[in-house]
Amino acid sequence: MSNTTPQHTPLYEQHLKAGGKMVDFAGWEMPINYGSQVKEHNQVRTDAGMFDVSHMVVVDFTGQDCKAFLQRLLANDVDKLKQQGKALYSCMLNEDAGIIDDLIVYYLADDFYRMVINAATRENDLAWINKQAAHFDLHINERDDLAMIAAQGPNAREKLLATLDDASATQVSALKPFFGVQIDTIFYARTGYTGEDGFEIVLPNEAVAALWNTLLAAGIEPTGLGARDTLRLEAGMSLYGTDMDTTTSPLVSALKWTVVLEPKERNFLGRSALEAEIKAKPTTKMVGLVLEGKGILRGHQIVVTKSGKGEITSGSYSPTLGVAIALARVPVDTGDHCHVEIRNKQIVARVLKPPFVRKGKSCL
Amino acid sequence: MSTNIPEELLYTKSHEWVRDNKDGTATIGITDHAQELLGDVVYVELPEDGSVFGAEDPAGVIESVKAASDFYSPLGGEVIAVNEQLDDEPELINSEPYGDGWVVTLKLENIDDLKELMDANTYINEIAES
Repeated sequence: MSNTTPQHTPLYEQHLKAGGKMVDFAGWEMPINYGSQVKEHNQVRTDAGMFDVSHMVVVDFTGQDCKAFLQRLLANDVDKLKQQGKALYSCMLNEDAGIIDDLIVYYLADDFYRMVINAATRENDLAWINKQAAHFDLHINERDDLAMIAAQGPNAREKLLATLDDASATQVSALKPFFGVQIDTIFYARTGYTGEDGFEIVLPNEAVAALWNTLLAAGIEPTGLGARDTLRLEAGMSLYGTDMDTTTSPLVSALKWTVVLEPKERNFLGRSALEAEIKAKPTTKMVGLVLEGKGILRGHQIVVTKSGKGEITSGSYSPTLGVAIALARVPVDTGDHCHVEIRNKQIVARVLKPPFVRKGKSCL
Repeated sequence: MSTNIPEELLYTKSHEWVRDNKDGTATIGITDHAQELLGDVVYVELPEDGSVFGAEDPAGVIESVKAASDFYSPLGGEVIAVNEQLDDEPELINSEPYGDGWVVTLKLENIDDLKELMDANTYINEIAES
């Protein structure tokens, strides 16, 4: 980061008031926790917690070529989005099929799509998007006027709905998973990054502190970025920059399900490199690991298998399961067990397909 | 948040505390300030009984949800007891850093080494500066 002055979201004062331990995250001063990461993690798994995700970037696409452009830009196909408000998770690839970013795109109208991209990749993403959009008839609008709160957990939905007026509550409670709706100035989406039910709420910067206070009064507890990381890891969700980047394709990132190759005429960016990689057969894959011996799995630890070595991309202690878990990139024919090198010792780990935890329940 | 720094203990720059048991042995743990910095402790790799360490040797590892952090032996000596309770309840380091969250007891190689450590006041100044 060349810019050494940390940026603050409109919820900065709320974080300090809640006792947030502030750390640098992609140039933003954000709460890593408000006292105990484990307690906050458990709060989301068993009740309801909220995250300030205002540092993430909302980008609106308007104009008649939106759909055609997004069909070119994204490896997943926005043609799947037939119902208003429906969301789609996708990778944005470079010409070599390396992942530039992962994102969510919402279909709001034929000439209006909303995208949410990562904070750390902002400049690079926007430069790429604008470059690719040169010959399309559309407007690209970075919505720095908007903030975002994610309210997550088995009771988050009910607790949020209780704070809304009747008309809004009716519309928001009707949302199915992976749908969003705009009500006046507030966009509610039933999406998240924790493996729990809940909402992501996008609203004007000047209104977000009041929403935070309302949700706090409704019993939705502040949750830091630390818990966000262990929650998403338990849910088996990849983190951009850690589990995938421009040197890895969706095929070796357990994200092949997000790539749509039919119809063949859809010439999305990265398609030919991806097809070549499929033809040549990838030599690695992404799996989940559960440590069977003692210790904690961490990023960059070496994985030893009969077919060669691999590497942990993200690892931690799972507060829900009480064991160490990880995502790892390993040889494609890795069996159901492997070893992980922890401080010069080889410890046995079980290999499985994530998630580790879904809706509060162990998947082991 | 106020950090608890008991008067009667000795301290190191790497945030261990040392209790002089007055019988040639010393009990060692990590300070309240250190556990606050680490966050929730989820795993402790303890040294084996009978291990011999020199002053400032790495003697174990304390892992929080955030990161792994080495635990240094502040003094030279032989391990005569380890806190096995930490195997099942590593969070004792957070809740009772000076009590049930102790880590090891050493038979000191040279009791005069205790004089090299900081007293509580010096340690308070040390962490105020950092």
